[in-house]
Amino acid sequence: MNLHEYQAKAILRGYGLPIPKGEVVSAPEGVASAAKSIGGARWAVKAQVHAGQRGKAGGVQIVDSVEEAARAAGKMFGSRIVTAQTGREGLVVKKVYVEEAVAVEQELYAAVLVDRRKAKVVAVASRAGGRDIEEAFAAGEGVMEVISDDGGGSGESRSALAETLSLSVAQTDRVVEILSQARRAFLEADASLIEFNPLAVTTSGEIAVLDVKMVLDDNALWRHPNLADLRDEDEIDPREREANRYELNYARLDGNIGMMVTGAGLGLAAIDMIKQQGGDPANFMDIRPVASSDQIAEGMLLLLRDRRVRVVLVFAMGGGILRCDRIADGIAAAFRKSDSDVPVVFHAAGTGKEISELTLRNQGIGVTIADSMAEATQEAVRIAAARAE
Amino acid sequence: MAILIDRDTRVIFQGLTGSTATRMAERAIAVGTSVVGGVRPGKGGTSHLGLPVFDNVAEAVAATEPHASAVFVPPSHAADAIIEAAEAGISLIVCVTERMPVLDMVRVREALRGSSSRLIGPNSYGIIAPGRCRIGVMPDRPHTPGRIGIASRSATLAYAVVEQTTRLALGQSTSIGIGGDPVHGMGFAECIELFLEDDETEGIILLGEIGGADEEEAADYLRSVRSEKPVVAYIAGVHAPRERRMGHAGTLDLLGEGSAERKIDALKDAGVVVAESPTLIGHAMREALRNR
Repeated sequence: MNLHEYQAKAILRGYGLPIPKGEVVSAPEGVASAAKSIGGARWAVKAQVHAGQRGKAGGVQIVDSVEEAARAAGKMFGSRIVTAQTGREGLVVKKVYVEEAVAVEQELYAAVLVDRRKAKVVAVASRAGGRDIEEAFAAGEGVMEVISDDGGGSGESRSALAETLSLSVAQTDRVVEILSQARRAFLEADASLIEFNPLAVTTSGEIAVLDVKMVLDDNALWRHPNLADLRDEDEIDPREREANRYELNYARLDGNIGMMVTGAGLGLAAIDMIKQQGGDPANFMDIRPVASSDQIAEGMLLLLRDRRVRVVLVFAMGGGILRCDRIADGIAAAFRKSDSDVPVVFHAAGTGKEISELTLRNQGIGVTIADSMAEATQEAVRIAAARAE
Repeated sequence: MAILIDRDTRVIFQGLTGSTATRMAERAIAVGTSVVGGVRPGKGGTSHLGLPVFDNVAEAVAATEPHASAVFVPPSHAADAIIEAAEAGISLIVCVTERMPVLDMVRVREALRGSSSRLIGPNSYGIIAPGRCRIGVMPDRPHTPGRIGIASRSATLAYAVVEQTTRLALGQSTSIGIGGDPVHGMGFAECIELFLEDDETEGIILLGEIGGADEEEAADYLRSVRSEKPVVAYIAGVHAPRERRMGHAGTLDLLGEGSAERKIDALKDAGVVVAESPTLIGHAMREALRNR
């Protein structure tokens, strides 16, 4: 679950992190009074949307007067921020964060995250904030383990760390302290990422948290009801939200071939196969093994209601829990509830294959049964192209 | 021989009385797996499917001397169940549980450091030596005893490849699901090591996907051992929209979370045949075995 910047900052302020004064505002009218109560003479006005690179898309403005702040925020409210991470439609700005602007001397990068290889939580830092991080680390401008395993002191000697980060020893101590606290927040909130980009060195030599991205582990939200309440439903694709209710994983893509498969790995493979054949998937949809046929029907209806979808491709790999016939029952039920004429290409293998094919053949719906995934993909791509004309 | 399990492997089920565990235990018994008992706190002393049920793993171990445990425990209790099995000295722990918190798995890996227990999963279809032993949630059909070792992050891709290798009369020595979670137990490299030692396995198939570093580690391992057995791999996610994540994608690359391209390059460089489509994996293996 993604948190907004203002939510992450509220949490991290509780851990003593140096976060500039700021207020979140839900309507243009509140901006001027927020800027006044924050004080100072310069402010950053920041669109609160779940998108990286929002700065490049006009989502961050530095202003020198209260009037300018109100004007900048007024333009942001209701506008759409489109970045590489949001998809074509972008995200509508509904909240704006007004923050005291900090005079920046140097931009650092820092993050706390899980190192899958080592199966542990690590804190990383680099002197190259804002740049391609991987490149910076490859060039020796980063440190992979800023704090030791127990969360205490530095993994490296303090002076070596200071040199790599181009900081004084006192500033380095402060960065280590900040990351140790961030690590504590990470563990206590079951986060999967806390990223400071940038972590700033101010002109007065202080360290300040400018932007934060904080992502929480969805699988652990049950033990953090207070954090679960922070979910901003508006930021989630309504189809994805609906699919989640039906034990389906959904992600919107930009093409016209609807896709329903059993399993995430198979879903990735299906996207690759469709693309290799020259087609373009409209979505990713993975049926969890625990889904019922009614839930699968809701998933299929979701695809059939999507006006972009010209054909639906289904890969049903029957396993020990989820059988192919349960999927066929779901598809049949969806077509009983819908007058859609979108054709379905169905490939089944494994448990319940024969029954599933019989079920679909007897429904009087436009279904093509394919013997292999390759054949099914080819057919779906062909139909999509023909129906797109 | 298969790897890790065989006809003689004695298996207990943690969470035996749950509905999925019950069905999967019945299936295991039906194909000849030696299921010897189950664990369900509060139901010790009862029996289920004709098997003795114990309050904890230690009691089950004392009474039934199992080699392996199948963990069918809800995500909130799965970490404790795995650690309990390791502490009781079970040598193979297979966890099928989906949606475990990542930090719980960090805790499990910490607890397993220095332990002699091997962990498969979580979020795994389990492990099967066709015709001899199955621990997990996979279908029985179309598995058939044979000579290919399969290790996979994805369950249904593995089932598709099992079908291909069965159809091509290659069969499977063992199929093992390393699990789809970011932090998990055994990786590809460990599976390869065991498959290379196994006389029955003549070829190895790896089914990977974007994210994580298992594929890169497998490539590193293969470069160091120079496998006599052909290795065929498929990596899903070449066309996955990578930019759609909120954090800095570079951070993940930094930790070795390679793109599909990088994994494919690393594997090819290690002498692995990488199939371009999941439908071509069985054929690629048949060709590789012919060209040996």
